[in-house]
Amino acid sequence: MKYAYFPGCSLKGLGRAYEESLLPVMKHLGVELEELQDWNCCGATAYMAIDEAKACVLAARNLALAQAGGHQQLLAPCAACYLVLNKTKHYFHEYPAMKATVDRALAAINLSYDGNVAVRFPLEVLLTDIGLDALKQHVRRPLKGLKVAPYYGCQVVRPYAEFDDQYNPTSMDRLLEVLGATVVRFPLKTKCCGGSLTGTVPEAGIRLVYILHNEARKRGADCLATACPLCQFNLDAYHSHLTAQYGPVVVPAVYFTQLLGLALGLPAEQLGLDRAAIPFLWRPPEPAPPPATQTEPMTAASGPKYS
Amino acid sequence: MMLVTRTIKYDADRVKGFGREVMSVPGCEQLSHCIQCGTCSGVCPLSIYMDYTPRQVMALTRADFKNEVLRSHTIWLCASCYACAVECPREIRITDIMYELKQRAIHEQIYPRHFPIPVLAREFSQMVLKQGRITELLLVLKLFLKTDWRGALANWRMGWDLFKTGRLSLAREHIQQRADLERMLAGVDGNQGAGP
Repeated sequence: MKYAYFPGCSLKGLGRAYEESLLPVMKHLGVELEELQDWNCCGATAYMAIDEAKACVLAARNLALAQAGGHQQLLAPCAACYLVLNKTKHYFHEYPAMKATVDRALAAINLSYDGNVAVRFPLEVLLTDIGLDALKQHVRRPLKGLKVAPYYGCQVVRPYAEFDDQYNPTSMDRLLEVLGATVVRFPLKTKCCGGSLTGTVPEAGIRLVYILHNEARKRGADCLATACPLCQFNLDAYHSHLTAQYGPVVVPAVYFTQLLGLALGLPAEQLGLDRAAIPFLWRPPEPAPPPATQTEPMTAASGPKYS
Repeated sequence: MMLVTRTIKYDADRVKGFGREVMSVPGCEQLSHCIQCGTCSGVCPLSIYMDYTPRQVMALTRADFKNEVLRSHTIWLCASCYACAVECPREIRITDIMYELKQRAIHEQIYPRHFPIPVLAREFSQMVLKQGRITELLLVLKLFLKTDWRGALANWRMGWDLFKTGRLSLAREHIQQRADLERMLAGVDGNQGAGP
């Protein structure tokens, strides 16, 4: 399996732990990722607010680069990149005027896009292309006893994702269950984390983060599993603000790829787990030693005891 | 002197044709189908902070109250979570309408001056245009400089956390073919969607 890989700015910056866990996990599962040559920022939510046509053209350059590299599939692990690339694709197909604009702009730099590169999200690749049954075979250290609140955020499933339900997504729940974790019921799984409002309008943004933390704590979760660099940042980096306003914050926020890495038996120190401000120290139990082939005679000490 | 404001709108406050213009933009066509049910306001996680609820913005836009919606805080408080868009029984892409209104407010320079959200959008887009990628720390520093530099001080603890966990980098990110961006976007008329 081979995919073009679009990291986006966050996975090289504040969200680098996402990339640090995604890459080894995918490699371990035999998924080949080729980073898109000279990719540019998708534009995120900010660019759409300035100029929609330019935002679409910017995002389309990445789709065209994937096509030029001979790729059919583009993996976008950041929720905002995933949404913007998909939105561009939709606009490209739905609005002939937008398609004409994109075609003309790309032609100016000798690129073209025929509308065919599929934009994929890691959860989708794991569940659809690899499959949970196959994944189960790879689990070496089940996340036994870990209670996880699955938090998808908004833009992974709304409004364009086809791989999951936009009201009640379950792909991450199902993945975590296969990994051996206990998935707590988390009705706020797609409730907005506030996005960049945590920085721009803290009184509103930070309260939204608090609501998520409070719910995860009430549900008895040991951690929140996230699938978006901005969600993880909001849930993690604002812990001192949250503590000052609402009291101590205790639930760490990790990427689902980090949990997956732990379950696959990858070394914890190679999964970017030390990047979190709220430390996540839980580790899965040591794997059971491989079943010893019965060669030694059974002694009284090791044999079954009946009394 | 007591300041009084009129609480109902007069016909003279309308800018005729505004609603029609917005509805001609890709993604905004369904606005004419709005039944004012208020589902959008109910599911919006930020409506409690807004001056006009999303439902009101839909009604005001359709009824040509251009100045009211473009000056509202509502359009900037929209965090693009798309909850309203997927819940709307009339399949109105409310989030996309909010984007269209933001674009118009920026284009007409009538957004609240030092309100950080439009400033962030502007700084973000300028960095993308110039470098092709975002360097998050530089973006945040610029935002503080252009709005309220004391914000940087209030966040010292977070800065320290990010530094400790190796998440801060000051190296400016950029793409190799920066000239491509300019060439590619030169022919794109930013307001082609804005109608007549």
